[in-house]
Parts: sequence; C-alpha cells; structure tokens
Amino acid sequence: MVAKQITVFIENRTGRLGDILDVLKENGVNIISMSLSDTSDYGLLRVISDKPQEGKAALSAAGFSCMLSDVFIVKVPHEPGALQNILRVISDEALGVEYMYGLSVGGDEASIVVKTSDLEKANEVFEKHKIETLSDTDLH
Amino acid sequence: MIWSKEETLTRAEMEALQLTRLQETVKRVYEKVPYYRAKMDEKGVKPEDIKTLSDLSKLPFTTKQDMRDTYPFGLFAVPQDDLVRIHASSGTTGKPTVVGYTRGDLETWTDCVSRIACMGGATSKDVAQICFGYGMFTGALGLHYGLEKIGAAIVPSSTGNSEKQLMYMKDFKTSLLVATPSYALRLAEVARQTGMDPKTDLGIKIALVGSELLTDAMREEMHLAWGRDVLITSNYGMSELMGPGVSGECLEHCGMHINEDYFLPEIIDSETGEVLPAGEKGELVITCIKKEGLPLIRYRTKDVTRLFYEPCACGRTTCRMENLSGRSDDMLKIRGVNVFPGQIEEVVLSIAELGPHYEIIVEREGYTDKLTVRVELNKETDSFAELQRIENATRNKLKVILGLDAKIRLESPNTLQRFEGKAKRIKDLRNVK
Repeated sequence: MVAKQITVFIENRTGRLGDILDVLKENGVNIISMSLSDTSDYGLLRVISDKPQEGKAALSAAGFSCMLSDVFIVKVPHEPGALQNILRVISDEALGVEYMYGLSVGGDEASIVVKTSDLEKANEVFEKHKIETLSDTDLH
Repeated sequence: MIWSKEETLTRAEMEALQLTRLQETVKRVYEKVPYYRAKMDEKGVKPEDIKTLSDLSKLPFTTKQDMRDTYPFGLFAVPQDDLVRIHASSGTTGKPTVVGYTRGDLETWTDCVSRIACMGGATSKDVAQICFGYGMFTGALGLHYGLEKIGAAIVPSSTGNSEKQLMYMKDFKTSLLVATPSYALRLAEVARQTGMDPKTDLGIKIALVGSELLTDAMREEMHLAWGRDVLITSNYGMSELMGPGVSGECLEHCGMHINEDYFLPEIIDSETGEVLPAGEKGELVITCIKKEGLPLIRYRTKDVTRLFYEPCACGRTTCRMENLSGRSDDMLKIRGVNVFPGQIEEVVLSIAELGPHYEIIVEREGYTDKLTVRVELNKETDSFAELQRIENATRNKLKVILGLDAKIRLESPNTLQRFEGKAKRIKDLRNVK
C-alpha cells in the first residue's frame, strides 16, 4: 500500500521553510511527519500529511516546485532489530532505498517512511513478507 | 625604443599611406569577397568612390553577426590554401568567430606586437613569461611571436597552476610578465601565500597586461603587489581584427597608440552610426587596411573610447585611444574571457528542466572573477540525483560555450525578478570601474 508524500524544492534561504509551512497552515493541512535534507544550496522538504492532494495543490498555486511522490509507510515494531529485519528483506529482494525517515505518531508502534527503487515490486515484497504498510488515509 | 618607422610618420605621411592601403583593400574585398561586394552594391558604393580618407564613411559596417552569417570563411579574401594559421574565439553557441592568417598577416601581427612590447619597455634582454591561455585564443601566440621577434626569451607557461608559474618566474629570472591584470594580481597573492614577497623575491620589471580592462585602481594595486618601479602598460586588440597588437600604451601613460598604418580607426555614435569628430567619445570602428586573409571593413568593436591625434611625448605620432570606458553592448569580461549574456540565455533556454528566466552574478573573490547563474527549476522532482543532473548539465553546457566554469544556483519558480521593460539580468558586483 503506497502513501502520498508532498516533496517541495526549497532554496537554502532564510524564511523559505516558514513560507512553505505558512501555505500548509492556511490550507488546513496537518503535517504528520517531515524530513528536510539539503545540499549547500538547496534542499528537498518531504511531508506526510493528512491532505496530500490539497497541500500539493496549494503549494503549487503559491509558486513552489513540488510534487506528490509514492512512498511506503512501513510499521516497525518497537523492539531492537525490527528495522534491521525490514531492511534485510528489502536488500535481499534487490530493492534499493532512496531515502527513509521516521514517522512520528504516538502509541506503541513506530513507522518509517521509505522510498524504494521499484515501487510495484516493493509492494509485492512487503505483502509476501507480511510487512504492514499504511496509506496516508490510515493516518487521519 | 621605437620599433617601426611607421610609428613616427607625420600626419600627412600617415594619411597618404592609409589612403593607399585603404583603396587597395576596398578594391580587393570588392573583387574577392562576394559578401562585401553585395553589401557595397546595396549601399551603391564602388571601390573608385574612395578618393579620400573621409570617404571611408561611405562603406558599410561589419559586425560580429556578419562573421557568424558567413561562418567559417565567408569573409576571407584569400583561398584557404594561402592561410597558415586559423584561430577562433568562443563567440556564440556552436559557432565561434573564425579568423585566419596568411604568412604576410603573421608578419604584420608580429610587427604590431613587437611595437607595443617596445612601447611597454621590453628589450631583447627580457625573459618573458606568457600567462595567457595558448590555444584557439589569439592572446598568447600573438604576444609570443612579437616578443620573440624583439629577442626576448619566451616562457610559454600559459594559464593555471599558479605555484608552478611562480617557480618558473623565480628560477628562470622572468623579468617580463604577460597576463590579464586580475591574473597578475592573483599571482602576487599566491606568491605571498607561499611565503614570497613578489617585490623582492621575484624579478618582474615589466608587465604587459591585456585582454581585460586595466583600471587606475588595478594599476595601483599592481604597483603595491609587484613594486613601484615595475613598468605596467596595457594593450588592446581583438581576434576579429588580428589579436593583441591593435594598440598599446607607452610609458607616458596617456592612452594606447593605435598601429594605424594597419588599423584605421573611427569613432561613431553607436545609435546612429554617424562618424564623430576627434576627441569625442563613442564606439570604436576599425578598418583593417593591411590584412590579406580577413580584411574587415569598418568593424564595430562595441568598445567605447575617444581618439587623440596630438603627437605623444614618447616620440610616436600615431593616434592614441583612451583607456576603454565601457561597451556599447552588454558584453562582460570574466577572467579575461568575453561573455555575452545572450550565450548564457541560449544555454538556459536549451535545458527543458529550467524556466526561461535567469540572473547572472559576477563577483570578485580575492583577485578571481566568479560567475554565478541563477535559474528557475521547471521540473518537479523528488530526487537529489535529478537536481544534480540538471545542475551539471547546465554547468557543462555553459563551460563548452563560454569556456568558463560557472556556479549554477537552482531556484524555485517565480523567484527571479520579472521585467516589463528592458531586462536587467546582470549583477556585476566587482568593484572595478
């Protein structure tokens, strides 16, 4: 099951992140998790939210270069080695991880957001190995 | 020392020589170059209409665009067999400006450069290190032949690797430096960083600088860096006309003497094309009156200057042009390389992932020019690899076309300023005016 993530191109300039968050706030988009990675000049802000379509549309309208990407939200039991087990499956199936970050929801179970190389194959792999994934609607 | 007797002719003698050469050149291009014949026919002017020097204004102008339109050899007045050398300047996308020399042209060129080297104080005793890029550009080889002719020992060290340059300079006892003013300053800076004092540890007595404007401020900085007694003169030229050697400064520092028995100068109003009287500021137009391969007629240099005809205290009587005071177009000089914003625009437009807007920023870091091009991203992506690919593709393409490394700064759409009238896309932040 894939989830929709908003990816926004962001220059390394004072106030840019605030500008993006302003747009999301004004449109009532709640951020569930995010990751910001950067080079010296620019970065990519990746956002899991309750309303990805609306958030993307609002950011595009505000002039940001952004898109919706398909990622997996994979449930990870709160115990040592759990993440390692999942990553082992991914690498054993010859899939690549493009990026990954934690999803901050409360409770006993943690989740990670993973972008893999081959989306369809990854979907099958997760099903085959009974690794639970969530869609963004599950997060509401 | 004055190298050639033509540098001290009386005005009447010079004008007689110029008229003879002009008439001969116009007749030859009319016969040999169909492009010129067509242009002259269109203006209704025949070679025999050139009876005095002032008849020059009847002739059509030549522009860089004419050179592009006739690429590569359409303006040449000799068969290709007669050429012994071909150079090209970066010009524009894909099509450089091509120049060719016959054996006679190389002799003329050498003579021109020998004259300006002598004006700057060079003698046969000098060890001359040439820190211009050898290759398709005319700068290095032009200075090379002219200095060799007067008997100086040439060190063709070319550009780059400043520490090695300094090693040669010290070990070979280089006395004469050929470089752009900014590279001359950069070399002094590197020397100091490596624990040398250029004033005492190196033996530079003469600096012939060119390919870039030598401002008073830079001349002063050069004296501070290289010593008060170093003779610093600037020289001027462009590949379309010949290369370096069109004009050069003498030790009186009162303008650059034009080798006007070879290059007939005029000053025009760049808007109307009208010829302006001596002493007025305008665009420099040059007619090559003693060139065989590529004798350009009324070539518009786009450089803005003034001309003075009074004899100089140095003994030369040739016309002098003032240090350049700008351009009548938007050309930039970056690290000695000619850059037209249009070239950058073409690259930006050719990359689908970029929007059409851009901004060019030129800064000076230490003594080195730095070029940054800000562009807007026109593609949504979730991948750094993709962003880097776009950045690298843009940088590589610019490098091919400009011959310069630029920093690319990707921006969000709609971040760069939009212009309703004339776009101001260039921010030249270098403090050199």
